[in-house]
Amino acid sequence: MKGAVMTRFLSPAGRQTTPALRENMALVAVLVVLVLLFASLSDRFLTAATFLSIGYQLPELGLLTLAMLIPILSGGFNLAATFSANIAGLLLASVLIWGGGAAAGPVVLVAAILAALAGGALIGWVLGVVVARTGAHPILASLAMMIFLRGLGEFLTRGGSVSGFPPALLWLGQGQVAGVPVPLIVFGFCAILWAVILNRTRLGFSIYQLGSNLEATRYSGVDTRRALTMVYVLSGLMCAVAGIIMAARFNSVRVGHGEAYLLITVLACFLGRVDPFGGFGRVMPVVLALVILQVIGSGLNLIGTNQHLATALWGAILIAVMVARHLWGRWAAR
Amino acid sequence: MPEPDPQGASLLRLAHVSKRFGGVQALDDIAFDVRPGEVLCLAGENGCGKSTLIKVISGVHRPEPGAVMEWEGRDISGLTPAEARALGIQVIWQDLALFPEMSVAENIAFERNLGARPRLVNRKAMRAEAAAVLARLDVDLPLSMPVGRLSIANRQLVAIARALVAEARLVFMDEPTASLSQRETDALIAIVHRLSAQGIAVVFVSHRLKEVLEICTRVTVLRDGRLVGTYPTAGMTQARLTELMTGASFNYAPRPEARPAAPLLELRGLTRHGEYHDIDLTVAPGEIVGLTGRLGSGRTELALSLFGMTRPDAGTILWQGQPLRMRHNRDAIRMGIAYMSEDRLSLGLVQPQSIADNTVVTVLDRVLGRLGLISPARKSALVRDWLTQLRVKIGQPTDAVSTLSGGNQQRVVLAKWLATAPKLLILDSPTVGVDVGARAGIFAIVDELARQGLAILLISDEAPEVFFNADRILHMREGRLIEEFIPARSTLAELEEAVHA
Repeated sequence: MKGAVMTRFLSPAGRQTTPALRENMALVAVLVVLVLLFASLSDRFLTAATFLSIGYQLPELGLLTLAMLIPILSGGFNLAATFSANIAGLLLASVLIWGGGAAAGPVVLVAAILAALAGGALIGWVLGVVVARTGAHPILASLAMMIFLRGLGEFLTRGGSVSGFPPALLWLGQGQVAGVPVPLIVFGFCAILWAVILNRTRLGFSIYQLGSNLEATRYSGVDTRRALTMVYVLSGLMCAVAGIIMAARFNSVRVGHGEAYLLITVLACFLGRVDPFGGFGRVMPVVLALVILQVIGSGLNLIGTNQHLATALWGAILIAVMVARHLWGRWAAR
Repeated sequence: MPEPDPQGASLLRLAHVSKRFGGVQALDDIAFDVRPGEVLCLAGENGCGKSTLIKVISGVHRPEPGAVMEWEGRDISGLTPAEARALGIQVIWQDLALFPEMSVAENIAFERNLGARPRLVNRKAMRAEAAAVLARLDVDLPLSMPVGRLSIANRQLVAIARALVAEARLVFMDEPTASLSQRETDALIAIVHRLSAQGIAVVFVSHRLKEVLEICTRVTVLRDGRLVGTYPTAGMTQARLTELMTGASFNYAPRPEARPAAPLLELRGLTRHGEYHDIDLTVAPGEIVGLTGRLGSGRTELALSLFGMTRPDAGTILWQGQPLRMRHNRDAIRMGIAYMSEDRLSLGLVQPQSIADNTVVTVLDRVLGRLGLISPARKSALVRDWLTQLRVKIGQPTDAVSTLSGGNQQRVVLAKWLATAPKLLILDSPTVGVDVGARAGIFAIVDELARQGLAILLISDEAPEVFFNADRILHMREGRLIEEFIPARSTLAELEEAVHA
């Protein structure tokens, strides 16, 4: 028993299941401090306008982060996330344009959304099959998929953008319900869905297990090939949702849109205490991490900081978090 | 408590060494000494403080103030890992800490190269050095092969060779023989004696009490972080040593001869090329069949085919009289076959994940509630149920399974498989890295399961283990079953002789 307690003290922080509450409380505390800081720096920070701007900006990065989260939990990666979103957006656009462009009716819109979701799922399925069957490293497999999708998308659009969508779609990206931006509602729904899948389904359970040790999970009778394939199908589906929201928000689809978010999704997962080697991480802290990043972005914007400086600050904060966690882990191990 | 000689005859002398981790007293006022060239054993159950003590001596942990640490009479308290290595203190941990992608020669010569001034890597010298030390060990390993492709036994030898090459004066070996065959163990023991003759002290940490008594001159026993005492091995018996380590005594006797029953599992001429050949075997409900043989005899390979992980090339598996073909282990589990892997660390359990999750991973469909979602209530009820039934000692079910001792981990493995309500339980080396006391506990469970009608195939390379726990013993060598023993009608010595011949 003593050995048991000892190893728990000695195991590095983050490789264990810390109580979910404490993990969230730390992030909430950081968020509160940031909000107070920006509120004291700018009297325009604590206003509905700030809330709305965050509410419209957060979902794009947020949905892509959810798409990245599940592959990371499985010990993998999905570098094709942003281009999967673009291709799904293109599918949406082509069905809509075929159905009348800005005049397309609700049936066409539903068909277009379904086509986009199916396209995202298909891309994910192909990627998943490659990763699960060939044992190719997910970074390489998804990198190849990313290059393929980028090339395909640029070929199809000749590098330009596609636009002209019906108002019903634009409402998805720009509308409000009771003062809450619709994309934020979509994101909230997706985050809850992800939490349910990860915490309460056999698939989610298996993803955590195989993320820690694929072979041991397979020996326990879990169909790890199927689970690993589903990881990328889910990721592809979430990319499609992101693609639809992006198309709706900008009333256009351009291949390459959101590309800059790709690596930020990884950092958002990391800030949300997701283990970069798989097996550990929850949806709620990742959502909080996203809100923190967005608050920093919007806050710096409000006090008139250059936007590039804001990006640099994101990076600096993440490095600081890494160092702080390391020091904390060392302190806890003494 | 025997106080070690005070006046500098010791190579290393510790006194009043204590170490706390948070609220846990890992070491409590330990006295410990090693004489030059001595072979000493450090014995005790998992969690008794052996590893912590080694970490204190190798500079990883700093003891609480008040500790005395002397090296050849010189004060060395405040030791760092680098200083410990410079003194010649080498530790070979059980996990070996090798570089799987690097070659045998590179692994052996690695530490030496680290110590040297910056210089170019001299491959020829490295190979020569590695070859020389392997020759001292009397083993032949391909010098340029990546260590990851060696068997576990050979990796162990590489780790030992690496310590020898670093001009050690005091070598700690943590369970060095756990996965060695008798011949390899004999070779190692010969090396240990040679080191000892050259004035290099060796501290052996081993669960194999017989071996401990054979090669060591003194044994230091720890229990629950306290020193029980240091004793000469002359006149010490295995039973007495077990008693000192556990504070309890055990009695061993072979199982009474079993009554025959219709077989649950029957193999006819089962063959997988390069692994096992022409295997005929039966296991009946309520029967414990032992399968023994050296490492590499094909025992585990056979077990993997019975668990559906690999497919036999020829022959038949009959399950309750019907031919059985399995595509993967999910088919095996569905039929009621459970397999406890010999490799608990990387195949038996998902070590970083929680005790609870490791327990239910095999029976997820039984913890589903409304809408087909996992019900936390059902899950924790099932976990609580099994952990109580198997008397697993844990802190919280949410703790990582890696925080448990070997014996308790093995109980979690048993729990996760018993939860699937198996008919046949294959136990592959179930006591590797498990203490003497905990072993008895595991076999008590296995015995009870057999009484309840489970068929059990017990694989082990430790002859006494199968002898005292199985109804029949099959001896496997080079992929073939060569003979059968009935413990009730033969002796342990006969079995050991046959296996080690």
